[in-house]
Amino acid sequence: MSETAQDPTTASGIPIARLYTAADLGDPAALDERIGAPGQPPFTRGPYAEMYRQRLWTMRQYAGYGSAEDTNQRFHYLLGQGQTALSVAFDLPTQLGLDSSAPAARAEVGRVGVAIDTADDMAELFEGLPLGDLSVNFTINATAPIILAFYLVAAERQGADRSQLAGTLQNDILKEFVARKTFIFPPEPSMRLAGDVVEFCTSEVPRFNPISITGYHAREAGCNTVQELAFTMSDAIAYAELLVDRGLSFDAFAPRFSFHFATTLEIFEEVAKLRAARRLWAQIARDRFGATNPEAMRLRFFSGCSGATLTAQQPLNNVVRSTIQCLGAVLGGAQSIHVMGYDEAMAIPTDEAVTLALRTQQIVAHETGVADTVDPLAGSYFVEALTDELEARATELIGVIDGLGGAVPAIEAGVPQRWIAESAYRSEIAVANLTAVKVGVNAHVEEAEATELRLFELDEMARDRQLARLDRHFAGRDDVSDALAALSRAAMSGQNVMEPLIEAARRGATLGELSDVFRKAFGTHREPSLW
Amino acid sequence: MSFALRDAGCEVIYLGLRSTPTEMMTVALEEDVDVIGASILSGAHLPIASDLIAERSLHRLEHVPVVVGGIVPPRDVERLLEMGVDEVFPAGTAIADVVKRITALADSRQERP
Repeated sequence: MSETAQDPTTASGIPIARLYTAADLGDPAALDERIGAPGQPPFTRGPYAEMYRQRLWTMRQYAGYGSAEDTNQRFHYLLGQGQTALSVAFDLPTQLGLDSSAPAARAEVGRVGVAIDTADDMAELFEGLPLGDLSVNFTINATAPIILAFYLVAAERQGADRSQLAGTLQNDILKEFVARKTFIFPPEPSMRLAGDVVEFCTSEVPRFNPISITGYHAREAGCNTVQELAFTMSDAIAYAELLVDRGLSFDAFAPRFSFHFATTLEIFEEVAKLRAARRLWAQIARDRFGATNPEAMRLRFFSGCSGATLTAQQPLNNVVRSTIQCLGAVLGGAQSIHVMGYDEAMAIPTDEAVTLALRTQQIVAHETGVADTVDPLAGSYFVEALTDELEARATELIGVIDGLGGAVPAIEAGVPQRWIAESAYRSEIAVANLTAVKVGVNAHVEEAEATELRLFELDEMARDRQLARLDRHFAGRDDVSDALAALSRAAMSGQNVMEPLIEAARRGATLGELSDVFRKAFGTHREPSLW
Repeated sequence: MSFALRDAGCEVIYLGLRSTPTEMMTVALEEDVDVIGASILSGAHLPIASDLIAERSLHRLEHVPVVVGGIVPPRDVERLLEMGVDEVFPAGTAIADVVKRITALADSRQERP
């Protein structure tokens, strides 16, 4: 088909032909079956029949810095600008189970997200924001059960019922071991905690997505689309098996599984990947888990676009990159989207950059017409052929991971971690030797950068304010040792930890204290040196 | 980064994520390294670099250069150099450039008596 000696390939190494035709799609009846109708298995064309005609995707910019009060202000600002839901970024100490006062937390309080030490801080974070009506996403993993407990207490204080709460807890610890790296406990007890959260939410917080299975971070760390698909599916299989082993019904918990993918600039491969992801999950749900409930086969996802594609050089170019990524996520059928700020290769975004990212979503939504019909790229010879190819390659790789015993043993052996490092290094070399063009970096370079950006500067007093707040908290609360002892008993016995956690949170136990209970019960994990 | 330095013929002792400045300097002393490098992505480069320089003095390793890479805004590059960091590699630095500057630091250290 191709006229060149060597075909170009996608970033994941799939050769691209000069021209695609009907011959690439095989039997038309079989194609109809593979793509089906939107809102019906295998959901290739989208999780809902009406898609954006009925409801646009949720515009959810990831935000957080400083203290709860600082971030609360940005939340109010974003909602005032037309954002439709919230997404909380936590600082590293919160993600790693350390109070802001811990010595190891010193340099990191409030830096990459908001510092949350107590249920009071969580209540402050949502001051003036009605939790019964808002959907809130939490990018939190090792300490996800604790953050959920704080959130439930904050909602309780507002008078919002658990059954009303909508939103998503990332709670995907496997990809932390693989790529994102904010793990605390060893894999097995970490999985148990993730399972406790899903089990608890399935009955108690039924509108909430208790897990968001995430290929995004592996992709950002450097893996390709096929690996992103395979890791995400293998991780989802591992969580589902854990819950099924507890005696839970797949048809009951899987409808609240949420997923998270990257969308880079390779728009056709990304759209094909997202369509293939829906088809893969529908098959896995049906064939491996015997799902009969179509909602349990329906993959819904959030796209965080791609920060790794942004460049520090000529940063305004990132606006263009982000726009294309957003378009890709929409054409791929995303349920919610975050667009990167153009300054994120250098710092957390300014108000101005965040607003422009939100405006990007609004322009794609309202000015392009892209939301007016469902799955507009369906039937494209190229996109359908690429969807089939990605599905086939990902299925093969899922088989390789199965052969290693599944996601958990593969991760314990460091296999995905090594694949990612190798793939990332290959991409770096491609930029270095000019086989991949990166505008402003290895092509069209400007010696003197034209734009001097005004970057976000964290108020360095935020940490002092948070420490003072925590001091007052300790001084003003009653003894919590019996609540911590009850949590410890649950952790040791295998009883679901959520109710004792919520009670301890209500009583004023801190994130560090609660994490310490788990550290004592489960031990901590240190990554083996792989390279 | 480890892969690139190894390809350039360096021996790399990678301590993994979230190593403390104290741990880093202890290993640097034990292994008699030529260059100490830290990758910091969280924005905490100023306080961490300050700890690194202080720990380096405590371990009497002032003769070993310290380099920092990561999400470092342009305004902070000068601040890091003033603190005593020998080289700064903000996001966007070409990997070959990082290798070249680190190996140059290692060579100049080895030339010293």
